[in-house]
Amino acid sequence: MPSAVPFWRDPKKRAIVFQIVILLLVFGIAYVLFSNTQANLRRQSIATGFGFLKAESGFEIGESVIPYSSADTYGRALLAGALNTLKVSFIGIVLTTILGVFIGIARLSHNWLVSRLASVFIEVMQNIPVLLQLFFWYAIFYEAFPAPRQALNPLPGIFLCNRGLILAVPASHPAHLPMLIALFAALASWWLLARWARRLQDLTGRTFPVVRVGLSLCLLLPALVWLAYGAPTALDVPVLRGFNFQGGVTVSPEFGALLIGLVLYTSAFVAEIVRAGIQAVTRGQIEAAMSIGLRPAQVLRLVVMPQALRVIIPPLTSQMLNLTKNSSLAIAIGFADFVSVANTTINQTGQAIEGVALIMAVYLCFSLSTSLFMNWYNKKMALVER
Amino acid sequence: MNQQNSTATREHLKPPVTEIGVLGWIRQNLFNSWFNSLLTVLALYGLYMTIPPLFKWAFADSLWFGSPDACRDIDGACWSIIPSNARFIFFGFFPEDQQWRPLTAMILLFVLVFHTQNRRSWNRALFPIWTCGLVVMGWLMHGGLGLPVVETAKWSGLPLTLMLSLFGMVGAYPLGILLALGRRSKLPAIHSLCVLYIELIRGVPLISMLFMSSIMFPLFLPEGINIDKVLRAQVAIILFTAAYIAEVVRGGLQAIPKGQYEAADSLGLNYGQAMRLIILPQALKIVIPPSVGILISAFKDTSLVVIIALYDVLKTTKVTLSNPEWMGFSSEAYLSLALLYFIFCYAMSSYSRKLEKALHTGH
Repeated sequence: MPSAVPFWRDPKKRAIVFQIVILLLVFGIAYVLFSNTQANLRRQSIATGFGFLKAESGFEIGESVIPYSSADTYGRALLAGALNTLKVSFIGIVLTTILGVFIGIARLSHNWLVSRLASVFIEVMQNIPVLLQLFFWYAIFYEAFPAPRQALNPLPGIFLCNRGLILAVPASHPAHLPMLIALFAALASWWLLARWARRLQDLTGRTFPVVRVGLSLCLLLPALVWLAYGAPTALDVPVLRGFNFQGGVTVSPEFGALLIGLVLYTSAFVAEIVRAGIQAVTRGQIEAAMSIGLRPAQVLRLVVMPQALRVIIPPLTSQMLNLTKNSSLAIAIGFADFVSVANTTINQTGQAIEGVALIMAVYLCFSLSTSLFMNWYNKKMALVER
Repeated sequence: MNQQNSTATREHLKPPVTEIGVLGWIRQNLFNSWFNSLLTVLALYGLYMTIPPLFKWAFADSLWFGSPDACRDIDGACWSIIPSNARFIFFGFFPEDQQWRPLTAMILLFVLVFHTQNRRSWNRALFPIWTCGLVVMGWLMHGGLGLPVVETAKWSGLPLTLMLSLFGMVGAYPLGILLALGRRSKLPAIHSLCVLYIELIRGVPLISMLFMSSIMFPLFLPEGINIDKVLRAQVAIILFTAAYIAEVVRGGLQAIPKGQYEAADSLGLNYGQAMRLIILPQALKIVIPPSVGILISAFKDTSLVVIIALYDVLKTTKVTLSNPEWMGFSSEAYLSLALLYFIFCYAMSSYSRKLEKALHTGH
């Protein structure tokens, strides 16, 4: 009879008691910390809350995607910082993926020299702290590169000096916006074309060269718009004026060092993931694909890649997330990313709790959205089993 | 007869020189198709363009011992920044007459690690040996009992780096195991608390935890109680690493077949006994190699304490570089430091690979 069992011998009741004790303990600790904090804040007369976001910041930010000056609010400064984080992460992720895939394939090359070089690269980059790499690249920018007057000029229109990398870009022209729209239109029609081609193949078995048509659309449509606007070719070439360059696009040493460091470090990990993913596809799969008469390119596209990607994508996204989190090291070399701006804000306002909470919230947003994507992808890619 | 003869000749016929030996190897591995030949030529050209100037800079034209003034006269690398400042870079602000203590502690650590890397010494004695070792190291660093006390604010350089990662790992492991067990638990409150903790920590960068320890943590404590900076950073590293260890251990727990849990239950073991005697010994064995991976990243991540102004080996190097005498030799200093980190991390990662092979007792 249940009533005959004393409650401390009943696993179910014991579990409930145990959980209540743990919860009480956790909430107790939280309460003690909270009340301590309240007392400390009162003593140091720090106002709590996010009201400081509306106050004038009074500090400059080295570079920003949106217009920002020291007369703007802390909120806008933090937004500029967050956008800088997104910028460096986005460019970093694109470059890391390209370089990582390239090195991962090089690691598998039958060419002894190439695969050895790739593995040396992977070992060296993986085993040196990323912060040290950032310091190194930053020092290279500042110490090894000359002043703007003696700037290195490896290719026409490209200047390397201790103020960063200065590039010539096409001068802004009204044709650029329509060209961008044309590119997006081409991408959209590529997508529609791919859907139509898949249906065509399902219904009739006939194939359609989607990639070739899509790529040529992407090139042709913007080119046509460009021609329609009279083919503007004017370049905004950087010119040395006084002590610095005017015109062109400048990649600051901070941004450059951060990007190089993050990309080299993360691409070593990505290369290992790509290698493992490709090696995970069994030899029999490739042989089977060849024996049903697929061409090598088709073997790669239809048999190897879909299986390798299933292995590659989950650890790849976690590396992308790592890159985003590591971009917070920007603070050490003075690039104004979110953490760096938040740190300045904390130092100026004393709002340590709110500042750290904001940092955590922003990065949690990044990682939660990534894991949502991962869940969606895993569901989409899950093997359909009987 | 004729046929026999021809076989004999065929046997005596040597393979063509281009298929065996060095030449054959080169042909097969470097020039087996036009594309590979092109790659080889390109790679060789790249090496030719980079290695000789680098060699000239690093060795031929370099200065290994000497004053900074002598360094400014040469074109090559000025490695003498390291030997000239070795004491400060390795031991930082530790009192100079007491620097034998961190040195002894580090040697003790290396002896312990060397002892542990041999799998034959993995027995019951290992735990007490390490406990004694850690206590002795702590005593050497901190002092007391006959040695003058050196407060933690003066701990710096390589000992600090090693200590933060070692104690980070030692402290994080039990916490990580508890979190992993909690995440696997069927009790909803425990499960959700552990999931919340693990996902929260894994979602934020270490630097935010360090900020928390350096600027937020003092607000948590009642008035008058002050925990020093090194210890706070150590706690942050432990809390951070524990979440990653929890995920690794969870992987190990999941890999244990259900039958093992059921067998433990049917023997009448309670939860604690089942975990301690049946499940954890098997699960922890599986997760040794990935744990070494976490140790490596913890070791690399300790360099982040630079940002909250702790004087680990990276910070002491930076301080040396900010000395006007030695300004401008960053590449040499950072490369030497990179070599140091590389040796540690590479040793650990190749050991973990070896271990993975040795422990792979499955099919």
